[in-house]
Amino acid sequence: MADPQTSIPEALNTLCAGLVLISAFAMVATRQVQGVVRFFVIQSLLLSASCFLLGYSRNSRHLWTLGAITVAAKVIAIPWILRRLLPGEFYERREISQAVNIPASLLISLFLAILAEFLVGPVAAANTDPLIRINLPIGLAGVLIGAYSLIARREAIPQLVGILAMENGAFFAGIAIANELPLIAELGVALGVMLIVVVIGLLSRNIRLKLGTTEAGTLSELKEEATSWR
Amino acid sequence: MALTAVVAIPLVAALLCWLAPLRKFAWVITLISTWTVLPLAVLVSAEVLSKGRVIGLPGWIEADAFGALVLTLVSFVAALASVFAGGYMRRREHEHSRLWWFYCNYNLFAFALLSVPVLTEPNLVWVGVELITLFAVLLVGFEKTNGALEAAWKYAILTMMGAPISLLGFFALFWAYRSAGGGIPETWEGLRMLGPSMDPNLLKLSFLLVFVGFGAKSGLAPVHTWLPDAHSQAPSPVCAVLSGVKTTVPLYAILRLLSIVLASPAARVGNWMIVLGLISVGIAAFLLLQVRDYKRMFAYSTVEHMGIILTAAGFATRGSDFGAVSQMLNHAITKSLCFYVAGIILLALSTREINSVHGLFRVSPFAGSALVLCSLAIAGAPPFPIFLSEYAILSAGVRAEQHAAVAILAVLIVIAFVAILWHVNRMVFGKPTIPYSVESLPVSCRLAVILAAAPVVLLGVYIPVPVHNLLQLAAQQLGGHGP
Repeated sequence: MADPQTSIPEALNTLCAGLVLISAFAMVATRQVQGVVRFFVIQSLLLSASCFLLGYSRNSRHLWTLGAITVAAKVIAIPWILRRLLPGEFYERREISQAVNIPASLLISLFLAILAEFLVGPVAAANTDPLIRINLPIGLAGVLIGAYSLIARREAIPQLVGILAMENGAFFAGIAIANELPLIAELGVALGVMLIVVVIGLLSRNIRLKLGTTEAGTLSELKEEATSWR
Repeated sequence: MALTAVVAIPLVAALLCWLAPLRKFAWVITLISTWTVLPLAVLVSAEVLSKGRVIGLPGWIEADAFGALVLTLVSFVAALASVFAGGYMRRREHEHSRLWWFYCNYNLFAFALLSVPVLTEPNLVWVGVELITLFAVLLVGFEKTNGALEAAWKYAILTMMGAPISLLGFFALFWAYRSAGGGIPETWEGLRMLGPSMDPNLLKLSFLLVFVGFGAKSGLAPVHTWLPDAHSQAPSPVCAVLSGVKTTVPLYAILRLLSIVLASPAARVGNWMIVLGLISVGIAAFLLLQVRDYKRMFAYSTVEHMGIILTAAGFATRGSDFGAVSQMLNHAITKSLCFYVAGIILLALSTREINSVHGLFRVSPFAGSALVLCSLAIAGAPPFPIFLSEYAILSAGVRAEQHAAVAILAVLIVIAFVAILWHVNRMVFGKPTIPYSVESLPVSCRLAVILAAAPVVLLGVYIPVPVHNLLQLAAQQLGGHGP
């Protein structure tokens, strides 16, 4: 993929992209709740590294700011909020009862990554910008794999991290295709993501207090039952 | 000025409710804030009618006719729901729920709802829609029963899964805007002007992603499953806002984006919307036949109405756009009435089961007659406003030569109509089988029902000229072509 003219920062960005994808796989493959959070932080670091690298190579102050916002929100604030809101019990869990076992999950994720490449291929190929050719498919793959892990997971925190990983994927594509959004919009988005963590954190704490489970995904009292036609 | 105040007042009210010495007066603060916002919103609409556009913060907070319409609807429903909440929440308060926290959230929820129709920058609209969802999650789970927490969790996960997807959609929109040259600021207005020169494939991609993300939030099938759970478990005043306007506001954003996509002649998405809209209406119509909980019944009727609005927007003619915005208006006023009525039935009888309510007329004549009125109105019987807007949509569909879609839509509307009235018939008439211990209804709840019923009855027989003009202007913003 890297042709001879590629500058070093852009080559490093390609490396970051690969690592982002691998960390998405790692989140799917990890049973330990604590491990899932750790891989999310690593993925966010890679995302901000990608921002800084591109900010450097394109001399864009905007991308530098975006990288700084990402570090502040996703690497520092979100793990801190999670720690404050949720007791250690949430992190010590090992998830046994996933809907799909891990090897199968990895295969599905691989399939989703290929699907993402296939989906955006036509749009990205028409573009001469090498950045878009790399970041857009990987970002979309991140979104799809995150969505998949949201469905397959049962524990509260891994489900939340699934949403955050989707967000990371969207941003990874975003730094390539929409890297000059107004700053207030970027700040708003970062604030929105942090509020998602607060609200879901509060909710899962209430669920544990009331129902005594950290497996929020297994709740299934409410559903449509067939009417007794008297 | 009025426009900025509309957004700022609920935020200040939320802060006041949170301050410890004022917590006792949280309800009064909420009442004052929502009833100040309502006349201001009406003022904004009046100004839009005379000037075409009201500007709060130039480039960030502005309202055109469509925005002003949604703004007024939100403030109307929020004002009545806060009246209703007074009596209802005091009656159902339990030990670990703190009322000031409820009102604090309620004001924040109102703030987020009011901000979306007036923000001009699409990415900030995304933030606004996310905030709506977040505060709604807290309100749905407020009662902290097992059911409420489960409903809140499902709601949170299902709708927030849509957040990153729609975010990617807005990034793609920005990309399309940049590659079309930019120049004018990225606002709904500017994007609509650029529409014809944007890459149709990118526009379609963006529309698809935003549609998936926001469609989940407006309860469109197949991601409607959170809606009946949330609506059966949330406190009734919250249901009124959730069902009446919270589903409409993300749909508003979808329709805004649609008007941009329609401006680009190469990107045709109308047929997708018709198909998806009909799927929603169909699923809702058949689920309506077999509901057992009357709050879930009204919830499915919301899914039905969202589908109808979507289908109408898919026809994309001037007539159907008019039908779509009228349906938004009529849905908001009628559905909020339905949930107030459901709330008083729940207060009076403490059950949500359709099968255990009989002879409501004899038990509580007020609740019984209100239920008959609101369910006739929501099912779309003449002479209520929903009948008028559904008729407008169907006839616009015929004029757009979408005969198959119109036929399917008409059949499904009739099925939903029959289903709703069949359930209500079982509840209202007959003899009360079990002796109910009926509690007297709080004054504020009765007042809210009467105030909410007034426009439902009025708009069916007489549409004031300014309202009609506002609807007409709002319909033009949707950008349909042809008759």
